[in-house]
Formats: sequence, C-alpha cells, structure tokens
Amino acid sequence: MDKKGFLIFLHEFTYKIKSKGFIILTFIVPVIALIGIGIFNLAKMAFEEPEGVVTTIGYVDEVGNFDDHNDMGITKFIPFASRETADLALTSGKIAEYFVIPEDFIATGSLQRYTLEKEASTPPFITDMIWRFLSVNLLDENNPPETIALILAPLNIEVTWVTEEGEVALEAANPANIIIPGIFALLLSLSLMLSVTSLINGLGEEKESRLIEVLLSSVSIPQLLVGKVLALGLAGLLQVVLWLISAPLLLNLASSSLGDLLRGIEIPANFILLGVVYFVLGYLFFAVLSIGVGAISSNATEGNALAMIYMMTAFIPLWFLGFLIPFPNSPIWVLLTLFPTTAPIQTMIRLGISEVPLWQIIASITILVLSIVIGLYLVIKIFRTYMLMYGKRPGLSEIYRQIKAS
Amino acid sequence: MPAVEVKNLFKSYNDQIAVKNLSFRVDPGEILGLIGPNGAGKSSTIKIILDFMKPDSGEIVIFGGPMSEEKKNRIGYLPEARGLYKELKVLDCILYLASLKGMDKTTAKERAVQLLERTGMIESEKKKIKHLSKGMSQMIQFIVTIIHNPELLIMDEPFSGLDPVNTELMKNMVGKYRDEGKAIILSTHQMNQVEELCDRVLMIDHGEEVLYGNLREIKSRFKKHSVQVSLVGDMGDLNGVTEIRTTKDGFELLLAEDGSPQSVLDQLRSQGLEIQRFEITTPSLHSIFLNMVASDHG
Repeated sequence: MDKKGFLIFLHEFTYKIKSKGFIILTFIVPVIALIGIGIFNLAKMAFEEPEGVVTTIGYVDEVGNFDDHNDMGITKFIPFASRETADLALTSGKIAEYFVIPEDFIATGSLQRYTLEKEASTPPFITDMIWRFLSVNLLDENNPPETIALILAPLNIEVTWVTEEGEVALEAANPANIIIPGIFALLLSLSLMLSVTSLINGLGEEKESRLIEVLLSSVSIPQLLVGKVLALGLAGLLQVVLWLISAPLLLNLASSSLGDLLRGIEIPANFILLGVVYFVLGYLFFAVLSIGVGAISSNATEGNALAMIYMMTAFIPLWFLGFLIPFPNSPIWVLLTLFPTTAPIQTMIRLGISEVPLWQIIASITILVLSIVIGLYLVIKIFRTYMLMYGKRPGLSEIYRQIKAS
Repeated sequence: MPAVEVKNLFKSYNDQIAVKNLSFRVDPGEILGLIGPNGAGKSSTIKIILDFMKPDSGEIVIFGGPMSEEKKNRIGYLPEARGLYKELKVLDCILYLASLKGMDKTTAKERAVQLLERTGMIESEKKKIKHLSKGMSQMIQFIVTIIHNPELLIMDEPFSGLDPVNTELMKNMVGKYRDEGKAIILSTHQMNQVEELCDRVLMIDHGEEVLYGNLREIKSRFKKHSVQVSLVGDMGDLNGVTEIRTTKDGFELLLAEDGSPQSVLDQLRSQGLEIQRFEITTPSLHSIFLNMVASDHG
C-alpha cells in the first residue's frame, strides 16, 4: 500500500472506530452476553433442587404398594387415606401438594397431581422427586440398593471420536466444542452486518454529497478501495478481539458451572488459525461485494436493500444448524463450505462438530481468495463509471456491458 | 505550456452525445469561463479533464502530458455539490483532504489556519462540518480546493449559495490566484461573475462549442447588435430589430444581423418620438448567452 492508500486506510479506520454504531455494537455484545449468562443462571436455579428447604408432598395410594421410603432427604412423602383428607391438608398448608396413584397406575403409568400453584407444567424438580419415590418403591423388593441407585442415577456416556487412522480426534473429542464455532459464527455475522451497512452507508454518503469527486481528484480508485476495504477489515478484527478479551471477565462474573463447561473445551491451534483466516477473508469478500453494491446504488437505502441479498446467504449455515449438526458431511454442507458467501461460517461450524477434509479447507480458502481478487478487479472496473453516475441504478446487462467495454 | 489542452473531445452515453468535438486550452495566469445551459456538457467535460471518466475519442493534455497520480496534487477541484465529512471537525477535515494532495501535516496546518483566518472562519475550526451553514461549508470546501496551492483550479458553480460578502471574498481570492499565474476553469451560470472574472469564455450547448475566445473580443463582436433607448411615446414597428426588452431606464433593442444602430435611430426619428437617450451598448454576456442559446433551442 502506498502513502495515499495508507492515508485513506488510516482515515477510514479511525472514522469507523469512532462512529457511534461501532462503539455501541462493541460494548453491547458483552452486555448481551452478560444478560444471557444471567438468564442461564436463573433458569438453572429453577431446575435445581432448592437447598435446605424440605418439601412436603402428600399422596393417596390406591394401589397399596407405595408405603416405604417416605423420607427422601429434602422431600418428604406423607400418605393420606383419601382425597378428602389430602385436600384438607393441602388447603390448611400442611402439605405443599399431593398426588393420587390410581389403581391402574402399574398398567398406565399415569397419576394425578393436585397443587395450589398456577403452573404451566410440573416443575422438573417435583417430577424427578415423585419419579424417584415411585421407582424406589417399585424396585426395592427384588433389587439390592446399589442396583436401585444405578437405575435412578443419570446415564453418563463418555464419547471418544477417532479419526480414520484410528487416532483420537482432539478437535471432536468434546461435544461442547460446538460452542466456540457457534460464538465465532455469531460474532462474524454481527460484524459483517455492521460493516456491510457501514461501508454502504459511507459510500452512499460520499456519492450523494459528491465527496467521491473530491476524493477521486486526489487519489486513484485502487488506492481508495484498497484503503477502505483494509480499514474495515481491521476495524472488524479489532471488534472481535475486544469481544474475546472481555470473555474471561464475563465468565468470572457468571456462573461457575458455565465456566466449567467452557473450561472443558479444547481448542486446537489450527482451529484458531483457521478462525482468523476465515474471519479476515470473509470480511474482505463481503467488503468487496459491498463496494460494488455501493457503487451501483443511487443511495445508501437502496444499497442496503441490495446487500441483504448476499448477506442472507452468509447466514444459511446458522439457519440450518439443527440439520447440520447430525449430518456435518452431507454434500449440501460441503457445497456451502466451498461457496464464498457461506464458506467462513459453514467451515468453522463444521470444524467444531466433525473433521473437515483438508482438500475442502484448501479449496474453500482458494475460492475465497480468488473471489476477493476477481471481485476487486471487477469492482474497480465498474466503480469509476457508476460511482459518478447519479440517479438510476444500472441493470445487470448494462453492468456486464460496462465490464466488457472497460 | 498550457495547463490544460483539450483536443477534439467526444463523449456519449448510450448513444446520447454529451461532448462533441470540443477543443480548447487554458493557459497559466488566465481564467476560462465554461458556460452553457443545463445538460450542455460542462460537467462531462470537467470529469473527463479530471480523468473521472474516459472520452470516446480526443485527447486531454494536462501540464504537457496525460493525467497522472502525481499531477492530481497540482490540481484543485471544487465540485458543484459540496461534499465534506459531516462528522469531522473543520480543521481535521481540511487536514485529511490536504494530506491526500501530498501535503505534510505541519505545512497543511499552517496554511489551513492562514486560510481560515483570511476567510473569517478561524473560530469554526473545531466545529463539526454538520454544524456549519451552507455558505460556511462552501467556504471550507473552497479552502480544501486551494490549500495545496494548485497550479490548475477547476471550479464548478463556486459562487452559488454564497452571501455577497463571501462572494466578493472568493472572487478576490480567485482573481489573486490568476494574478499569481494559476490556470483556472470556472464553470457557472452566473454571467455577471464570468464577466467580472474571466479572460476567455467557452460557451457550449449540446456538447458543442457555440462561442470560444477572449471575452472582450466576443463582447465587441456583439456590440453593434444592441442599443439602449429612452424616449417619450410609443414605438411602432422597427425594421432590423429582433427583440425589444424593457429595462429600468427604457428599452434594450436587439438588432438583427443586417440591422444597424443608424437605421434604428432614423426610424425612431421618423416616428416623431422624443428621444432622450440613444446608446450603442456592449451587450451583457447574459444577453449574448440568451441570444446564442435561445436561438439554438428555438
């Protein structure tokens, strides 16, 4: 980059990082993350057993088989002879709630629960305690206590994924590894949205105010465009770095359980390297597209509307994440790994949940680099004509003619 | 060596001709007035000179050769629509745009302060551009155009939107630049400004040259074609007069090609009118412009 290109780069970078939109988004993401962690903690508390509080639950046993194990620590089960007596105990506050085990319970597995609380559904903690009480009574006659404890304990499966060569695939060893690619995809999406809008708005403003004429009377089109694209890329990278720096601080403020979950994640060095490569390439590619759109649009509003078309394609991997996780190597996902607008997010998510063949990564990066170079070449060709053309937006055939003519 | 030399320039957009066989030159130490009606091809000509767009054919010679990135530092351009970074402070905006013209920061700052003081805008140096009035923004744009002391100044409608005080100030500065040996192209609709400032005029219509030459010569060429008359009584039909315009002192009579002031005077006498004033006038550039363009536009 020569001196004038560097001056454009420096100006665009400082102009960008001082803009309200950039500052607000940079700070709002950690705040949203903090709120999200807070909500997670609240939700977790609702699902956990309340500490130190003994819940008294009544029951009417019409089967006649559930008369043991009434004291289960923080929950006590009190038998009642009939619904009427249970109702009286409930309304007088002696019990928190009660349930009826009907005669056909063994056949149907259904019971009725009575409570004074207005609830959309039975809290998981209550369901769990009733299930334990019923299970332990059903099992205790024929099984040793260890077997009963094993049956009631949650199943713990440790998965080790291996490569085709029979070695442990580190990057896939922990299913929680999807969290980092997921965060990467979200951050990249947010940054792309902001940058594309900012770039198109900037070009729209320069075009509408004819500032572009003043600039082009001083610098060449490649100097202007390369300076703008690189400045935007660096601003985006800075934003993500700031978000990543704030992450440990946020985690310390947040629950220890979520911290444990993230601490268990193993991030291989190649994942971080590829993350940076895809982030920068994705940024540059969208910046090139946005300059083209900014040049042919008559104003920023029109440009942003046009940009939505290719911006939407970038988010396809996120929309179909549910389908992607079970089948990460489906031919459709491979195609999206190679397609330049979807490649950055698609590849990083796939890297988090499975092994992506090396040839696909090389092909994907090569296609992205070629798209950036060819895109920049074409954009420079049309920029001169359309950035100085005010009014009607040219059609595709006219743009094609222009590229051919120049 | 001329600062700009345009030779046989052609430019069209989608089969619509914007510039047709245009040739002219601008020498150092002169102001060329580029005039013409809307859509005449003035802006296209300027954009081709500045290398914003390529001509279909013809040649542009800037400082003795084709346009280059280095030569851009020797040119100042004031576009018709004023565009500056609205969120930047006045001084920052001037310094950034000056840096793109190759100026170092210290020199640019000294010169910016000097020009801000000269235009009475030094108190606004820390204001954001968006907080300036239209006239003030225009003066800042003018400062941006001249801060690097360009050898060629291209200005598109520089006086529109300026109050009389700032118009006078800008005119004086432009005149001083000419006296310092700079070449200036002034594109405007304001004929009185062209008359006051320009040494030569290029009038174009439909992309073609209509008039080109020294302003005094052009005006003297049209001199015999207009007379000012003050009289008592009603004028009858006059042979050799194409148009009668009412002025605050009487009438301006525009003469046909074959008409002569003597013939008109004889006709007025023969009508028995009391003639208080009869003066062969130099037609205003405005009149010449209307005459030339109106005849072409029917």
